[in-house]
Amino acid sequence: MTQPAILAEGLEKRFGALVAVDRCSFVVNEGEVFGFLGPNGAGKTSTMRMIACVSPKTGGRLEVFGLDVNERPREIKAMIGVVSQENNLDPDLSVYDNLVVFARFFELDRAEAARRADELIEFFGLGEKRDTVIEVLSGGMKRRLTIARALINRPRLVILDEPTTGLDPQARALIWERLRTLRDRGSTILLSTHYLEEAERFCDRLVIMDNGKILIEGRPDEIVSSRMGRAVIETVDDPAVLACLAREGIAYERFGDLVHITTNSPEPLIQRLVSSCNPSRLSVRNATLEDVFLRLTGRGLKD
Amino acid sequence: MDGQISWRVRHVWGRNLQVFLRTWKVSFLPPLFDSLFFLIALGYGLGQFVQEIDGVGYARFVAPAIVAIGIMNASYFETTYGSFVRMYYQKTFDALIATPITIEEVIVGEILWGATKAVIYTALILPLLAVFGVISLPDSLLLIPLALLGGLLFGAIGLCFTAWTPSIDTLSYPQFLFITPMMVLSGTFFPIESLPLPVQYVAYAVMPLAHIVSLARALTLPAAAPFALVSLAWLVVATGLVMFIAVRQMRRRLVV
Repeated sequence: MTQPAILAEGLEKRFGALVAVDRCSFVVNEGEVFGFLGPNGAGKTSTMRMIACVSPKTGGRLEVFGLDVNERPREIKAMIGVVSQENNLDPDLSVYDNLVVFARFFELDRAEAARRADELIEFFGLGEKRDTVIEVLSGGMKRRLTIARALINRPRLVILDEPTTGLDPQARALIWERLRTLRDRGSTILLSTHYLEEAERFCDRLVIMDNGKILIEGRPDEIVSSRMGRAVIETVDDPAVLACLAREGIAYERFGDLVHITTNSPEPLIQRLVSSCNPSRLSVRNATLEDVFLRLTGRGLKD
Repeated sequence: MDGQISWRVRHVWGRNLQVFLRTWKVSFLPPLFDSLFFLIALGYGLGQFVQEIDGVGYARFVAPAIVAIGIMNASYFETTYGSFVRMYYQKTFDALIATPITIEEVIVGEILWGATKAVIYTALILPLLAVFGVISLPDSLLLIPLALLGGLLFGAIGLCFTAWTPSIDTLSYPQFLFITPMMVLSGTFFPIESLPLPVQYVAYAVMPLAHIVSLARALTLPAAAPFALVSLAWLVVATGLVMFIAVRQMRRRLVV
């Protein structure tokens, strides 16, 4: 068995009395795209900051490429690229200068830095803005540049905290497309996101966190099929329908003005519903990660 | 995560230099004008009503003090408002510590940059003051190494306040409680000997500027300066101590 990219055992982070990460254990294999999902305050960012060696762990074991985060932070940081949630580019510098200045922090020489900067500018479609001061760039361009900057040291592991939050669909699509290329080249990618559909499509494996704990871990399709079944039947929240469902012994969940029935074999169930309950509206769709997410973390607002 | 400081400090310094080279046209003039206004208002305006001090005219008496104040301002404002903007608004420090650079190197690099601003200021103001005939070159070039030492100290002092301040607004407190009184009471505009003796002791005990002013005079005026070495030693010890405190306090603020 090859060495994992990240190994966490009983990982813990406390801020005074608040437990941000509560004895979490997980393994991220090299070459894998691994997702952290969870509502705000679940502990995703705290976990990623500990992995990036910028926030000391309170307890447990945490290794990146076999190196302990407490003992070898400098070597670990040389091997990873970090895209934080907040934009922290240098607003006074141009796109190109942002990249070459950052390259120096990794001890790259001038020629190599220039070569990689131009390569990344090309890869992220920023060529026209190469010498523009970044203050005037759009949100999507700034984000692309932040990701480009995180790749300047050709990291083995890329950590992205909500890389697409707040961007328009075009900008998001472009970022996912580039990340896919990166994955195909063999980089390990660790990311958090609120876009569950994107996580479902893009992550090899993921965890859903809430209140500092990992609630579930696995491949997105396996998580959905094990927790929800194949399909979700939606019908109206109507007293007559509810009474009928109870009479028929069909389990259901109420979400707002809808009733959800999850199942692995929707067809016979639909026939039964139509013939015995006769609801005014009925639809069936595939179960999604979002269904699992909401079932596990609840529907109440988190902050 | 224990204290690791290596030559990577130069990258932090270099990053600030790169930004400065992009914006210097707007940022290097104000401190020079500031000093020249002081020289005109005090040296020539007020100076007409003031007798000679230690055998020199008033303009020559205040000139080294004006440089000392400039050294203080250049480094102190760089590591308070400048560093706070980088730390809090631009998240520059967060970006830096995601690379192999440690937080300690970020802090020391910021202090070095503050000192560099003081050196740049001094190198620019000296020829101007020489044109006005209030200091003589090349003797006064020794103010440049003094600017490095004073800049390190005030850079470190500034970073301590940056570590402690809750917001950019509260940075005005150390300014009017510490910097402003020091600017007027450190033997800058009148000989410190005219203060009551106990106040003089307090001034020399807690006001770094008093030592920088007395050293600046010792380097530019012919008057004897019996305590120059004491002032130098005070500055060196204080610089080491305050840099240590600045690193500790900033680490406490940033490593969470």
